[in-house]
Amino acid sequence: MTSVSKGSSAVSTTEPAIEVRALCKSFGSNDVLKGIDFHVDQGEVVCVIGPSGSGKSTLLRCVNRLEEPTTGSVMVEGVDITDPETDLDKMRTRIGMVFQQFNLFPHLTVLGNLTLAQQRAKKRGKAEAIEVARRNLAKVGLAEKENAFPSQLSGGQQQRVAIARALSMDPDMMLFDEPTSALDPELVGDVLEVMKQLAREGMTMMVVTHEMGFAREVGDRVVFMDGGVVVEQGKPEDVLGNPQHERTRSFLSKVL
Amino acid sequence: MKPSTRRRLFQGVLYAIFVIVILVVVFLADWDAIRTNFFNLEVAAATFPEIVVIAAKNTVIYTVIAFIGGLILGLILALMKLSPVLPYRWLATGYIELFRGLPALLVIFGFAYAIPIAFQWRPPGGSVGAGLIGLIVVSAAYIAETIRAGIEAVPKGQVEAARSLGINPTWTMVSVVLPQAFRIITPPLTNELVILIKDTSLLFIAGLALGERELTTFARDSLTSLANATPLVVASLLYLVITLPLTQLVAKLERHNKRGR
Repeated sequence: MTSVSKGSSAVSTTEPAIEVRALCKSFGSNDVLKGIDFHVDQGEVVCVIGPSGSGKSTLLRCVNRLEEPTTGSVMVEGVDITDPETDLDKMRTRIGMVFQQFNLFPHLTVLGNLTLAQQRAKKRGKAEAIEVARRNLAKVGLAEKENAFPSQLSGGQQQRVAIARALSMDPDMMLFDEPTSALDPELVGDVLEVMKQLAREGMTMMVVTHEMGFAREVGDRVVFMDGGVVVEQGKPEDVLGNPQHERTRSFLSKVL
Repeated sequence: MKPSTRRRLFQGVLYAIFVIVILVVVFLADWDAIRTNFFNLEVAAATFPEIVVIAAKNTVIYTVIAFIGGLILGLILALMKLSPVLPYRWLATGYIELFRGLPALLVIFGFAYAIPIAFQWRPPGGSVGAGLIGLIVVSAAYIAETIRAGIEAVPKGQVEAARSLGINPTWTMVSVVLPQAFRIITPPLTNELVILIKDTSLLFIAGLALGERELTTFARDSLTSLANATPLVVASLLYLVITLPLTQLVAKLERHNKRGR
């Protein structure tokens, strides 16, 4: 299988899933994001690439407000996520997030990891939470690991559990923050396969990644960031195959 | 002389010194006096069963009360110290610095005598109750610092993961941070508990009725009434009977928790 056919998105609305306008973020005197305009449409898979320190992870973390934007607006499905009146916890149940370091809860079993937020944030009953959890574990191919503790799993398995944990909230979109960067090379494939499956099902995805192959194969759009700005964006074959900017070219020549 | 010979000779000297010291102790010590005064079985028998059913039992009860009280108050103080509300942080810091800096004996004395005199208020449980409040107040200061360190040792990514799933700050603390924090601080917390077992001996200053005496007070009274040191040895053994299984149990618990780390 060389190309992935996209399932058509079930949701059809004019509203973008994520819309970022004039976003700036500074840590002290360090300006990490310098006026970002960025959007992800419903059902779209957008891969954000760029050198480390370019601000791509910070951009992603601003979407669910793990980082507080300094100025600018972040709209998720038409709701201003920076508005103090917004019910942030409720919005976050609609935005799944996967971290570079997995961040599974080490004191809980795999099943416990998948049911905790369903019960605490979505107020699902235990039986329903377990049912949803088992369905998502099966989806990432780890049905038999439900009673294992995270420390008993490989990195790749942990990351797949983390994806299943986010999916158990039935999110409208998924944010991936360098999901394969902490993995041993031979474990990357399984995680990418799960992500491809998600993309095929029409999940809206924003993926910060160094996996150019994944970006090319699965991405609807690739965004190249450097120095806190979006340098160029477009179809993967254009940005990766025929970059227009010198900075993109020099970055790609180093990673490809 | 070859270096290896010199090393062997030096070791030989060390062994010789050891043997000589042991022989001197064995031959010069008054074994009869030691046996009749410290290991007198008749005197030991006279302390039973009270030294177990009253004194050791009270030691355990006081320790449990003081530890649970200290844990609850310590947890509140730790959360206050990490609170975004500045006055709470000041209050917790002031409390911790004050009661870590005072002798436990003085605090127990204060609750047992100074407060009743000053405010005409008698703490619940009479003088033991007052003494226990003093013990709780002091141990909470130490436990608070331990819990705070434990909370801060939980990786930031854990909170981020919980919050990104929509779990609110309170539930994040209760179901994600605190369970991990308590796993991290099990060893220092065991330490606090063992120290507390021994610190119950300070309660004597509050004034204990006959049935309220704990191990040390009981042994001291027996020492006086029986004019023999054996009760101190019996009490010492009973302290070890309490502390040794406890530290073993916690070590086992820790091994069990390892897989959930």
